[in-house]
Amino acid sequence: MNKIVKKEIFSENVIKLVIDAPRIAKARKAGHFVMVRNGADGERIPLTIAGSDPVKGTIDLVIQKVGVSSRKITSLNVGDYVTDLVGPLGEATHIEKVGTVLACGGGVGVAPLLPIVEAYKKAGNRVVTILAARNKDLIILEPQIREFSDEVIIMTDDGSYGTKGLVTDGIESVVAKEKIDMAITIGPAVMMKFASRVTKKYNIPTIASLNTIMVDGTGMCGACRVTVGGKTKFVCIDGPEFNAHEVDFDEMLLRLSGYRELEKKADDNYLSKH
Amino acid sequence: MTFNQDSLKNDRSQDWRVELRNIIKNKDRLKLQRVRMNEVDAEKRVQSYVEVNSGLTAEQAVNEAQRCLDCANPTCISGCPVEINIPAFIKNIERKDFLEAAKTLKLTSSLPAVCGRVCPQEKQCEANCFYTIKMKTEPVAIGFLERFAADYERESNQISVPATATANGIKVACIGSGPASLTCAGELAKLGYSVTVFEALHEIGGVLKYGIPEFRLPNKIVDVEIDVLKQMGVQFETNFIVGKTATINDLREEGYVAFFAGSGAGLPRFMEIPGENYIGILSSNEYLTRVNLMNAASPYTDTPVICGLNVAVIGGGNTAMDSVRTAKRLGAKRAMIVYRRSMDEMPARIEEIHHAQEEGIEFLTLTNPIEYFSDEKGCLKQMRVQKMGLGEPDASGRRRPVEIEGSEYLIDVDTVIVSVGVSPNPIIPNSLPNLKMTRWKTIEVNEETLQSSIPDIFAGGDIVRGGATVILAMGDGRKAAASMNNYIQNIKTK
Repeated sequence: MNKIVKKEIFSENVIKLVIDAPRIAKARKAGHFVMVRNGADGERIPLTIAGSDPVKGTIDLVIQKVGVSSRKITSLNVGDYVTDLVGPLGEATHIEKVGTVLACGGGVGVAPLLPIVEAYKKAGNRVVTILAARNKDLIILEPQIREFSDEVIIMTDDGSYGTKGLVTDGIESVVAKEKIDMAITIGPAVMMKFASRVTKKYNIPTIASLNTIMVDGTGMCGACRVTVGGKTKFVCIDGPEFNAHEVDFDEMLLRLSGYRELEKKADDNYLSKH
Repeated sequence: MTFNQDSLKNDRSQDWRVELRNIIKNKDRLKLQRVRMNEVDAEKRVQSYVEVNSGLTAEQAVNEAQRCLDCANPTCISGCPVEINIPAFIKNIERKDFLEAAKTLKLTSSLPAVCGRVCPQEKQCEANCFYTIKMKTEPVAIGFLERFAADYERESNQISVPATATANGIKVACIGSGPASLTCAGELAKLGYSVTVFEALHEIGGVLKYGIPEFRLPNKIVDVEIDVLKQMGVQFETNFIVGKTATINDLREEGYVAFFAGSGAGLPRFMEIPGENYIGILSSNEYLTRVNLMNAASPYTDTPVICGLNVAVIGGGNTAMDSVRTAKRLGAKRAMIVYRRSMDEMPARIEEIHHAQEEGIEFLTLTNPIEYFSDEKGCLKQMRVQKMGLGEPDASGRRRPVEIEGSEYLIDVDTVIVSVGVSPNPIIPNSLPNLKMTRWKTIEVNEETLQSSIPDIFAGGDIVRGGATVILAMGDGRKAAASMNNYIQNIKTK
């Protein structure tokens, strides 16, 4: 049982929880995730760690309400307990000084991107970050990202903030101005697919952090498998980060939809009661 | 405790044992028929998760116990990986001291109610029974009797907690909470150690909980055995991944002096054939974890599970049987085993195969999938299989399957559960770069002591064996506990 010590509402559907988890706070590195389960009948879901305070012994999770499990977890308040929390899982981001790093965050993917941006900056890189979302309300963690970025570009689908356009438009504008040594992209699978298509065009080595369906998160079930470079990989133990140019995003998108009907039914049922 | 020949002889020459042997003559014992297990009718049981075997009555158990000749040289014991004093517990059943029978089991087995249900007795104790070897007839039903004694004790509410030595305050860690680790923890607790079991999942029990279904091993039975360990002072930490949440080094700093790695073979293998990542194709680990651990089939839980109508399970082991029988219970119209060898080579327990047949499971033997096909949404709709012949025996001693050219055909399926084996879980090895591994990615250990290349780390169960059985894992747990005790006593005297 882990206590929630702070709750911040980023937008109607995006919530930040600060959770007491001293061991994870100490052990975690950029790129790691946790598995969370809420309630005895709850589902285990993977959530990437957005930050931690090893002194206070807390970790930050930024959660978007997309279904029953995320709704239940985000409905918890300060003082409540998360039933189960385990981690840190996955392989940490490989951080080194490469020169200029382009970080692309889409929607709630900006949360797990934050510690990576911070780590690249602290390793001596120039960091250019693109924050992309459907509209202004969904742009999150902008001040924190600015703290560790040399330049920040905001892209919104509707033009309500920053520049109107998609993340790909942002990438094109950066590439036109300066040499990028590597890129990292975290966000919805479809956004990562198109972002990495652009970086591939310019031969920019690119990492994507994948968020797939998982049951245990420790290599046991294989629900998270993806095809990378023609080989089957497990996101939980081989990832979550992979060479974006080798990821079969179309297959990943199909697999993400594997339980969509059941998820939708459960979500409608939940919403009708709450 | 190991039963040497002398202690076995002493036990056997106790007055009550001698007396029992004289009550019924051996030639009359030999005339008795082996008991049949009471079962829930197949048509009824596939409607629910009720346990298939309902156990023996006391009368049935006593009658079966009378078949045991209480041999001077009990060969059955040599077939048991944890060396249960089999004649002693059976004779206690014969004299109707069922609680004493349970105590005898617990001297060497920390999970008798589990073993009585899931051990492949036909390959172990019962294969070495006098009846099997000398009489070429049906062995004493040792497994059924073990289950009877353990169940009797549990239901009597007079569960005996094994005696533990005075606490020595020495901290030891068991990693994982499956049969290997639980056994190791129990043995170390008996010796007075301060034992902590670290489990990655939110439930204790490992494969006994997430893997083996309720209809074969009810969770409440596992919980009772875990509760005995708790009463012996064993501490349990769930949601704790050694190597991730804390490293072995962190734990050393916290005072742990020896470790048992029993983290299992939790990495499912796939066949790497075209289409294997389509929606509807999953590992048996995923399928069984959803249903068993997460209770996904219940309408009240949040975890979903695919309830296929045409389900094929690839493989012929116990896990494959568990998966296909689960699919039947989740409403499959057609539930098939697709196995590349013949029924004779099938590694599953005979009882599970019989039960599956009774439940209407189809067996497509000498058949192997080679490709999957999906609809436009990526959902599985068909599989192409190939017929196989059998060639010369391979390294496993089983005849090697050989492809028959031109024998391919299509089968309509919406769900495929891949159950072709597991690889060791890499989390512990990855966190210890100096740990020596075999080429099968299992932890390399000294066969006698189960000590790894890192002196304070011992290992057993599937992380050493690849994929094996509950009872072999338990045997390892016991052996490792003895070695860990030696290791700790040695460093103390230095």
